[in-house]
Amino acid sequence: MAEQVQDTARGGGNRPALALHVPEPRYRPGDAVDFSHVRVSRAGEQARPDERCPASETHGLCTDLIRVLGEDDRAHGPWDPKLDADTLRTMLGHMALTRAFDERMFRGQRQGKTSFYMKCTGEEATSVSAAMALAGDDMVFPSYRQQGILISRGYPLVEMINQIYSNKGDALKGRQLPIMYSSKAHSFFTISGNLATQTPQAVGWAMASASKGDSRIAATWVGEGSTAEGDFHAACTFAAVYNAPVILNVVNNQWAISSFSGFAGGERATFAARAIGYGLAGLRVDGNDALAVYAAERWAADRARANAGPTLIEFFSYRAEGHSTSDDPAGYRSAHEREEWPLGDPIARLRDHLIALGEWDEDRQAAMDRSCAETVRAATKEAERNGILGHGLHQPFETMFEDVYETMPWHLAEQCAQSLREREVKFPEGLHGR
Amino acid sequence: MTAPAKGADASAERRLNMIEAINEALDIMLARDPDVMIFGEDVGYFGGVFRATAGLQAKYGKTRVFDTPISECGIIAAAIGMGAYGLRPVAEIQFADYIYPGLDQIVSEAARIRYRSAGEYTAPLTVRSPFGGGIFGGQTHSQSPEAMFTHVAGLKTVIPSTPHDAKGLLIAAIEDNDPVIFFEPKRIYNGPFSGFYDRPVEPWKRHPDSVVPEGHYRIPLGEARRVSEGEAMTVLAYGTMVHVVDAVAREKGIDIDLLDLRTLVPLDIEAIARSVERTGRCMVVHEATRTSGFGAELAALVQERMFYHLEAPVMRVTGFDTPYPHSLEWAYFPGPVRIGEAMDRLLQD
Ligand SMILES: Cc1ncc(C[n+]2csc(CCOP(=O)(O)OP(=O)(O)O)c2C)c(N)n1
Repeated sequence: MAEQVQDTARGGGNRPALALHVPEPRYRPGDAVDFSHVRVSRAGEQARPDERCPASETHGLCTDLIRVLGEDDRAHGPWDPKLDADTLRTMLGHMALTRAFDERMFRGQRQGKTSFYMKCTGEEATSVSAAMALAGDDMVFPSYRQQGILISRGYPLVEMINQIYSNKGDALKGRQLPIMYSSKAHSFFTISGNLATQTPQAVGWAMASASKGDSRIAATWVGEGSTAEGDFHAACTFAAVYNAPVILNVVNNQWAISSFSGFAGGERATFAARAIGYGLAGLRVDGNDALAVYAAERWAADRARANAGPTLIEFFSYRAEGHSTSDDPAGYRSAHEREEWPLGDPIARLRDHLIALGEWDEDRQAAMDRSCAETVRAATKEAERNGILGHGLHQPFETMFEDVYETMPWHLAEQCAQSLREREVKFPEGLHGR
Repeated sequence: MTAPAKGADASAERRLNMIEAINEALDIMLARDPDVMIFGEDVGYFGGVFRATAGLQAKYGKTRVFDTPISECGIIAAAIGMGAYGLRPVAEIQFADYIYPGLDQIVSEAARIRYRSAGEYTAPLTVRSPFGGGIFGGQTHSQSPEAMFTHVAGLKTVIPSTPHDAKGLLIAAIEDNDPVIFFEPKRIYNGPFSGFYDRPVEPWKRHPDSVVPEGHYRIPLGEARRVSEGEAMTVLAYGTMVHVVDAVAREKGIDIDLLDLRTLVPLDIEAIARSVERTGRCMVVHEATRTSGFGAELAALVQERMFYHLEAPVMRVTGFDTPYPHSLEWAYFPGPVRIGEAMDRLLQD
């Protein structure tokens, strides 16, 4: 290598040789893992500014870590959202249901019932607790890993599974890859496969709401890896320029497929600290602390509602499982990371908190887990009555040509007729049993 | 240097799949040219989501083979900057469906740098990207956007259909001093695809064009490959569709003159003319949507230049003008029924 450097023309003078830096994660497969470099603040020690404060007053929080649940499983400090026990149990239930759902759908993909699935294991709080801090009609622009929002908003599991199986009950007519949900009734924007596109769209929705004197705000979620896309920076600029009533949630789960957060700039600065340069309010939050997630999202929502402006929130978390059913993380990261992750598991932490409050116990937890599994099992059975991917042609061929435009132009009508002709040739006996 | 004659020596019996052939081309170019750099999302340590760059970082070091931020704009722009310095960057865009954030850098910049600087600067980059459907990838892992690039003056667009060609074309693309968009049909990474999706998948091992010579060879950009010789009609295709067309013609017993275009721009117009002037009938097949697809360009060229040899209008067989659906993938795909029917019609005319 050294010889090659000398071969290259080096420019004039005695200036020192430059060197290219390429980030490298600390641990690779097989490595022992030590996370002692990850600074974990003490729960309750972070100041909580007024929601209407100037953005700059939050900027110290962009490099801190807002935490509520302490080692003692108690809630601490000014960010404690002081939720009642029923609300906490509901939150725990939504997270547990999300996890049970993920388990079952992942298995379904492995059993050949669909083409693809993505879990959010370990990140449930970043969608469930955040969604619970918003109003049900606030508009959300999620990425593909926020199934917890739909579950919190009461979207039927059967509908989700119909979509995952692309079956005849699929409200999206089998058009989208599994988990790319859409539900206007739940103020949940149609999910795109193209990363980060939703972030500036959320800002636009918020600008529209503001321009009409509406009271609803918008929130969007994006992975830390995706913050490298230009769309994210457009979102930050537009949000700041128009003081848009929007929350930009960055879920920093450390990994973007095989690339660690250093490839999105995480070696140099926190993701929350991007708020500083754009003049946004910014919060950096323990994403596995359901109470801190709730409190931060609520703070940002109240700020937006008060016309005090947008907030960028970094939820510091860990992607406990593979990127998707197409991924095997054993090929690029140490399996010990998950065990050693210093911020623990969001479900276990909220459960332990409820137990410490005397509002929960192991028996009730076991019963909840059983009931979640049963709920998912029943929903799966019901959805399977509508079919699974590949076993039968669930959507009439004409649906392929609908919704490309509001009204079908001549050339699509011709192509539609062509596809129906092809169906006759392929399936002369009709589609029954296919 | 062009491809050595197949079967020239014992090593020619080595069989690779398309991913292995691409990996080998990259390996050879990294070894031969210290200015070659390879980068893209997940291509470094992990070796790419399709494993096309597996082992290369370990072999050449992480300043020559590396991961990038998830910014296709940044990936293309950085490649342009490296090219301006004098390097020969090979960027991977994880799926062709994700190339659009880099489009301005490709269309307004890479394609025109030579022209606007009167040759002072060039953009000798290669952009590799898996494209096409047939893997239940839904609308964001299935697109065939080649026509968006063939429409841009200053770009070359290359699409291999076999391991043998993938290696030789990729080497030629990397060595080319103009920006090259290199689309890899992902459906045939691991085996040729007949279009009969309910039949077992064929591995490359049994296909003659999986024989890949060792070492460096180049297949010149702009040369089509004759896949089969026939009198009934000329079929122009590229990528996955070459195999589908071939299978359909065999099944139907129609002796087609099948040209695998391999390079869309610059196009091998002479090979097309030679064939069409002989057969008098021409069909164009691509998986991409129909309207303003590359088939429109081909049909126009054939009509302009070979009109008096034609016995029937040029026919296009394509994907439908809709986004690529998930569950109805095989209803969308221009498969054996659509192609077969079109062949019958073209012969009746
Ligand atoms: C524009 C675009 N480029 C690339 C991809 C391929 N891709 C899908 S997910 C992913 C990683 C995203 O990581 P991150 O944003 O951190 O989110 P996470 O998956 O960790 O939740 C990549 C590169 C894509 N979907 N869209």
